[in-house]
Amino acid sequence: MVEITDVVCPLCGCVCDDIVVEVEDNRVTKVRGACAVGKSKLMGHGRIKSPAIRVNGALKECSYDEAIKKAAEILAGARRPLLYGWSSTVCEATKLGVCLAEEIGAVIDNTASVCHGPSVLAIQDVGLPSCTLGEVKNRASLIIYWGANPTAAHGNHMKRYSYIAKGYFLPGGKKDKKLVVVDVRETKTAKMADKFIQVEPGKDYLVLSALRAVLYGHEDVVPDNVGGVSKEDILEVANMMKEAPFGIIFFGMGVTQSRGRHNNIINAIQVTRAAHTHTKFNIMPMRGHYNVTGFNQVCTWETGFPFAVDLSRGFAWYNPGETSSTDLLIRRECDAALIIASDPGAHFPGESIKHLSKIPVIQIDPFANPTTEFADVVIPTAVSGVEAEGSVYRMDGIPLRLRKLVDTDYLSDEEVIQAILEEVRAIKSKEGE
Amino acid sequence: MGAKVKLISGRTVAQGQNLDNKLSEEYFKAVALCELSAEDMEKIGASPGDNVKVRTEYGEVVVKAKQSTGYPEGVIFIPMGPWANAVTSGNTKGAGMPQYKGIDAEIEKTDEPVLNIKELMKRYM
Repeated sequence: MVEITDVVCPLCGCVCDDIVVEVEDNRVTKVRGACAVGKSKLMGHGRIKSPAIRVNGALKECSYDEAIKKAAEILAGARRPLLYGWSSTVCEATKLGVCLAEEIGAVIDNTASVCHGPSVLAIQDVGLPSCTLGEVKNRASLIIYWGANPTAAHGNHMKRYSYIAKGYFLPGGKKDKKLVVVDVRETKTAKMADKFIQVEPGKDYLVLSALRAVLYGHEDVVPDNVGGVSKEDILEVANMMKEAPFGIIFFGMGVTQSRGRHNNIINAIQVTRAAHTHTKFNIMPMRGHYNVTGFNQVCTWETGFPFAVDLSRGFAWYNPGETSSTDLLIRRECDAALIIASDPGAHFPGESIKHLSKIPVIQIDPFANPTTEFADVVIPTAVSGVEAEGSVYRMDGIPLRLRKLVDTDYLSDEEVIQAILEEVRAIKSKEGE
Repeated sequence: MGAKVKLISGRTVAQGQNLDNKLSEEYFKAVALCELSAEDMEKIGASPGDNVKVRTEYGEVVVKAKQSTGYPEGVIFIPMGPWANAVTSGNTKGAGMPQYKGIDAEIEKTDEPVLNIKELMKRYM
């Protein structure tokens, strides 16, 4: 048995880097320090056994070479290919993905499109007064989770970085801190809160506007009830914000996926700015996948834009709503898709899956999932952070290096994309002759 | 008898634990369900474990009812995944983001079975 310390967890945007893993006979046998969801990821699940190509409706096993060749043929022959996913893989694979997109004139998009895409739009509009999770841990005496439920989605977030963490200036941990939760339902996170604000579904924008008015000294314009929240509660939260020497709003899908979308986030960032007239305040999106942030970083430094980038014109074109995956699929524009490290079959609205299931789909993933049900080429890969290493970005933009814990015969995502890229280039150069 | 509700979707611990295990019975049990308040359960005459049909403008899906605390009357929750998405609109209102939360829906008790993943995906093909 070998004990490996300081393992970096490849599950959510917390990217905890203090996990202890025991490895025996080239298998992870014990995980300490991870949350329930991270532990499940590190312990592993049943895998796709072999590359496969769909023949007469059924997937037929084949070699890596055959699957890669078939994938390259599909992509090189497509007029409007989509390269989607990238959030549960490493930056090195994404970098090659952008090269592939450029080579074939594809749209490249990641899961932010159906996650924090609206946050990206808001940040481009009004900026992001933010900080690192280390600063939150050591300085933030007021933590606000707005439309986020870390007890389910980011298991160690409160313990490592926020409410429960013992910080340099807040050695008492939660005794020195206050927790406010804003949600439409009383989640487990809400049950821990010093103050729980239950907002009506789709009314976050109104509550944010009221809070902003109060922070700017205009409480007289706020009615007695806003979006199901009493004026008294809004005044109380505003006071908690004013009195905290350092505070933070963490926001989740509760605001990005509700009515208002990016407008909610713009308003939340403006609330943070309003708090600056009294104290130091920050705001941060609760990024989901461990490297959803990393894709946005890589895509930005490679193309100038963070997601939903259309390279079909020979230069980068960015217009979410037009070039985002859900919209492309609903308009039935794509004629082929490469899906890597994500599962639109499970997580896209039915309306967009309808088209995706009808076009040639190449799936690159360690695990079978609903997307596999209609994929035409399936290429299994190593699990990044368990069987392959690489760089990822934590939700606060801090880069960390995933570690390799066990050996594998599976190719890594990086190796598969590199092989497809070379094969595509070979096809293109033949066409050129 | 049916009831008008707002549908939200999102993560749960069991859903997250089975992210890489979606074709399993565990994932089916964790995700093909609908959490709702005792008041809404009573309104549609359902008991825990009964099947409920959730219908929106975009489709309908059958899931298991799970009575849960913390939900205001008229708000129901389906863990994110293929069952919730069977009734989610793809209209992003020009923002790229579908509205996964706060969807107008109707629920009623049903004797129809809950479809498994393979059956659900077949509906699209």
